[in-house]
Amino acid sequence: MPVAEQYLNSAGKGGFMDSSVGKKVVMAVTGVALFGFVTVHMLGNMQAYMGAKAMNAYAEFLHTMLHGAGIWVFRAVMLVAVILHGWAALSLTLDNRKARSKGYREQQLQAATWSSRTMRYTGVILGCFIVYHLLHLTTGQAHPDFKVGDAYANFVSGFQQVGASAFYIVAQLCLGLHLWHGVWSLTQTFGWAHPRYNKLRRTFASVVTVVVVGGNISFPIAVLAGIIR
Amino acid sequence: MEKHINITLNVWRQKNAQDEGGFVTYEAKGVSTEMSFLEMLDVVNEGLIRKGDEPIAMDHDCREGICGQCGVVINGRPHGPRERTTTCQLHMRSFEDGATITIEPFRAHAFPVIKDLIVDRGAFDRIIAAGGFISVPTGSAPDGNAAPVKRTCAELAMDAAACIGCGACVAACPNASAMLFVSAKISQLALLPQGQPERYTRVRDMVAQMDNEEFGTCTNHGECEAACPKAVRLENIALMNRDFIWSSLTYRPESGGGGA
Amino acid sequence: MELKSNIPEGPLEKKWEKHKFDMKLVNPANKRKYKVLVVGSGLAGGAAAASMAELGYQVECFCYNDSPRRAHSIAAQGGINGAKNYHNDGDSIQRLFYDTIKGGDYRAREANVYRLAEVSNNIIDQCVAQGVPFAREYGGLLDNRSFGGSLVSRTFYARGQTGQQLLLGAYQALERQIGLGTVKMYTRSEMLEIIIIEGVAKGIVIRDMVTGKVESHMGDAVVLATGGYGNVMYLATYAKGCNTSAIWRAHKKGAAFANPCYTQIHPTCIPVTGDHQSKLTLMSESLRNDGRIWVPKKKEDCKKPVEQIPEEDRDYYLERKYPTYGNLAPRDVSSRAAKQVCDEGRGVGETGLGVYLDFEAATKRLGAHKIEEKYGNLFEMYDRITGEDPYKVPMRIYPATHYTMGGLWVDYNLMSNVPGLFVLGEANFSDHGANRLGASALMQGLADGYFVAPYTVGNYLAGLKPGSCPSADHPEAKAAEAEVTGRVGRLLGIHGKETPTYFHRELGKILWEYCGMARTDAGLKKAIQLIPELRQRFWEDVKVPGSAADLNQSLELAGRVADFMELGELMCRDALDRRESCGGHFREEWQTAEGEALRDDENFCHVAAWEHTGDGNVPKRHVEELKFESVHLATRSYK
Ligand SMILES: Cc1cc2nc3c(=O)[nH]c(=O)nc-3n(C[C@H](O)[C@H](O)[C@H](O)COP(=O)(O)OP(=O)(O)OC[C@H]3O[C@@H](n4cnc5c(N)ncnc54)[C@H](O)[C@@H]3O)c2cc1C
Ligand code: HEM
Ligand code: HEM
Ligand code: SF4
Ligand code: F3S
Ligand code: FES
Repeated sequence: MPVAEQYLNSAGKGGFMDSSVGKKVVMAVTGVALFGFVTVHMLGNMQAYMGAKAMNAYAEFLHTMLHGAGIWVFRAVMLVAVILHGWAALSLTLDNRKARSKGYREQQLQAATWSSRTMRYTGVILGCFIVYHLLHLTTGQAHPDFKVGDAYANFVSGFQQVGASAFYIVAQLCLGLHLWHGVWSLTQTFGWAHPRYNKLRRTFASVVTVVVVGGNISFPIAVLAGIIR
Repeated sequence: MEKHINITLNVWRQKNAQDEGGFVTYEAKGVSTEMSFLEMLDVVNEGLIRKGDEPIAMDHDCREGICGQCGVVINGRPHGPRERTTTCQLHMRSFEDGATITIEPFRAHAFPVIKDLIVDRGAFDRIIAAGGFISVPTGSAPDGNAAPVKRTCAELAMDAAACIGCGACVAACPNASAMLFVSAKISQLALLPQGQPERYTRVRDMVAQMDNEEFGTCTNHGECEAACPKAVRLENIALMNRDFIWSSLTYRPESGGGGA
Repeated sequence: MELKSNIPEGPLEKKWEKHKFDMKLVNPANKRKYKVLVVGSGLAGGAAAASMAELGYQVECFCYNDSPRRAHSIAAQGGINGAKNYHNDGDSIQRLFYDTIKGGDYRAREANVYRLAEVSNNIIDQCVAQGVPFAREYGGLLDNRSFGGSLVSRTFYARGQTGQQLLLGAYQALERQIGLGTVKMYTRSEMLEIIIIEGVAKGIVIRDMVTGKVESHMGDAVVLATGGYGNVMYLATYAKGCNTSAIWRAHKKGAAFANPCYTQIHPTCIPVTGDHQSKLTLMSESLRNDGRIWVPKKKEDCKKPVEQIPEEDRDYYLERKYPTYGNLAPRDVSSRAAKQVCDEGRGVGETGLGVYLDFEAATKRLGAHKIEEKYGNLFEMYDRITGEDPYKVPMRIYPATHYTMGGLWVDYNLMSNVPGLFVLGEANFSDHGANRLGASALMQGLADGYFVAPYTVGNYLAGLKPGSCPSADHPEAKAAEAEVTGRVGRLLGIHGKETPTYFHRELGKILWEYCGMARTDAGLKKAIQLIPELRQRFWEDVKVPGSAADLNQSLELAGRVADFMELGELMCRDALDRRESCGGHFREEWQTAEGEALRDDENFCHVAAWEHTGDGNVPKRHVEELKFESVHLATRSYK
């Protein structure tokens, strides 16, 4: 049998975004943005522990920086990031499904983690969470007693509902799974691999995951426990 | 010490590429633990032939772990349970008496089954043809010692070059991605001074061909590294990604040339 | 049959240079009008196909593997020689030439061997430029080691995977041409017949091993680079698919087969464990640098655990017999010695076919970590195969067939006596005489493929009219196709009781017994009687299930075994008629008082080339005298 049709199929030599590695890079670049955001966001939210004044001032600052343009610039960037991230994830998932059109009867995985295998599911849950979260704490449609402009009050009353808090906690656990693999994975995608730092990459991913998730989960718990009122 | 064991085999049988295929169960009695896995299959096959059945078709050649032609999924693991061991070097002492062993072909859209356990890995050759080489027409080479190579680079290049092209990485990867194989060749050549002139076109061309073959994409599961009989490292994928990014950032279309 | 060696005139050192100048060139514009068929994609075939395609010829390349990268060359471990003298230890082209001639026990052609030594340096350069990751020293320059008892360090290596790396270099060059469309590659394609039109090789018949389709490919020249035929012995270090079919078919169509009895038996292989054994695995010869080889002095001790055999009851037979070389005695010598002690009933292991290779002394002397550093990967491989830990119990080793020096007869241009049929690499007989030195087969394959055939094939093509290649409808092509389909049909139609492997194993037993490490007149005569009997049984009783129109591994094997059956007989005839001992050919009747090989330069300083005279007829022996102008015939001694 001739080695395929001898001449190479040159059709696919398309652009960066069409290539598998290119899509991965998109994934990673947007991943960094999202990861950076959740980290800063978590730190920002820590102000809840400092009381209503601090938190509302912080919210106020965010909404008015650069004469109010800041937040829109930021929102635009985030929106693009989420869309690209979701698009790349979908496209890669479809490609990967096709690449193994027929599966095994039995497969014993050796190295893949629960976290790496559930990326697309935790990602979708996170997507849903974001929508809910915006309706909940930013626009208020999903919030029973939403007060425009009083982030702190919305925050406290929101989490006083056990159902909402429970969903937040579950979502944060998904975030943890997503970040733990994601942060390590993006270093690999950017090519930051070297035996000297390989352990460090894992450790870094673990530490930031614990910090971000731990921080985030502490909010609903603190509210429910009455620490934040 | 030699022992004799009885085992049950669930083997994927498929007449040809068009056939549906399915599992067939065979009993193998009194299998010596000194046998290699392929020798065990030889014995089963001899029995099948004597009965007038077709033997189980399976690719192999060197039977010493270097040609990369053998390779099946044994109990859910490409090349079976022993680390850094090809199917041909796996021996029956790795199995217990009474064990049930499931044998399946490597599964990937890019590796269509030809018959039973044999798949077509021609996609790998086409990826190499797209750029996995250094262009040196015969006889045009400078003296072998003209360009010294840092020993660490030479060693790392050799680590990557140890790839036998067996395809177990594809078989093991949940996404059926060929990135470990492809990156091994890219790294080998990128680590050597001789490979520099074509370094960034090579990575583009090889990745493009890999995508044309419809392999999946790496999401960094690391299964490939665990299955690789030659311990090709994940680090190579990182290096490939880095080179790909750089090549995309610095890409410029070939100027038209011209002249007489 | 005429055997014209076509060795160019002039002094040895100038022959190749002069010949290259004298050869005709093909007009570059005409090159693409010539088609060259290359069968085999190992070092020799892969290198030749890539190089000729670069020159501009249309090339079609064939191999039975699923990819050209898997040719048997990939299994070579040790290294490749080159006369670079990078180590300033006195190496030179002249010395490499001399060592190779001497190693071959003065049964090779001087001119060919000199050319081999000459181009050895270009090979190293070529491979380095291709990105072959040869071992380096800390300063970044190429490292060498000494190998196979040579007194200079001239062996280039890439860990224990030299063959693999060299082959991948050639394979990548070949794939590049495939990508450019200058080579058409046919994998899983087995050559089963050659097409000869008016005495000239013009094509081949292949069977597509997936679809079963039999078809002719026509070309202006046919190059066979199909490797060695050592699998005739059934148990050998060869890849399972290695076969003689391509060269055997060519032989039956008129190509002379030279020195078929010259086989090399390698002393350090992992022993057979039982009847299920399908092949033997080589352990690198380097183990003999530190391991001591012994067997118990008393038969009764053979089954005892090693620690119960005290030092004084161990027979370090190589050290005893060859005090100077000891455990490093050459391959043929130490293989024979191992067989001897096992024949005496002093072999060790379950089957009694094995000797110990013991690292205890070396471990004491150097420390366990040093041993691990030097041999770790080999110990691991041994453990993987045998399930025994060589750090704790001594390894067991036994000799196995490893290389065939014989092959199709070729002239200086590597063309057989059939015009247009070139033979490269292990498939020809040209460079190693009666015995091959370690690390020189890789060198020969690449020399033939990169640096000789592209010139000499071009020279041949220059004498042909461009575009004169006949079409595949030619009656000779149709006849050859019919032969192939006929044979395939015959094999499938026997419906006997025994498997092809059974017959292969039986053939192997006969050859190993009577045409193996030591041969006798009576034994060879017996084999010449047994083999045709076995062959007849094969054609009556073999069972090949399945169909011809499908991937059918039993059918492939049966076809190969059928050819081995015929070749095996020729090997025995050749061994019988060569009434001397030389290199890998040891006739018990011709040995010195100390049991060393005794050459007969008076009567046998020649190449024996056999002509096929029809099935069932005794083949005809022709002779090409060997003239030694530059070296002195001497007796090998390793005492
Ligand atoms: C275990 C081992 C270790 C070795 N170590 C060394 C070493 O360290 N140094 C050294 O110099 N030498 C070594 N040798 C010897 C050396 O490897 C071989 O002699 C050499 O590689 C042969 O190369 P080749 O190109 O002639 O043939 P091969 O590499 O055998 O290639 C044969 C090609 O022909 C094809 N082919 C065969 N039959 C057919 C057919 N009928 N139809 C179509 N295609 C066909 C095959 O597919 C293959 O592509 C070793 C050999 C063995 C077995
Ligand atoms: C829209 C829903 C989302 C989906 C479907 C999704 C899916 C995925 C997938 C499939 C990957 C690739 C995994 C890999 O290559 O290893 C990934 C990576 C990643 N995701 Fe998401 N994700 C989503 C949302 C998010 C969000 C909201 C964040 C941030 C909080 C995030 C952060 C990351 C990071 C940091 C990576 C690593 C990038 C990389 O692998 O290079 N993702 N995501
Ligand atoms: C328990 C954890 C979290 C808490 C307590 C929290 C709290 C808040 C609050 C109070 C706001 C409103 C700010 C304002 O409108 O002034 C907000 C906005 C937002 N949060 Fe969170 N958040 C949490 C987790 C997350 C996570 C995990 C994500 C993303 C994956 C996220 C994404 C956002 C976004 C996108 C906004 C809108 C910002 C904007 O106004 O544009 N949050 N969050
Ligand atoms: S990288 Fe490893 S698993 Fe993949 S083809 Fe190469 S040797 Fe096989
Ligand atoms: S298993 Fe697959 S996902 Fe990547 S790390 Fe290996 S290719
Ligand atoms: S048969 Fe060659 S690697 Fe297994």
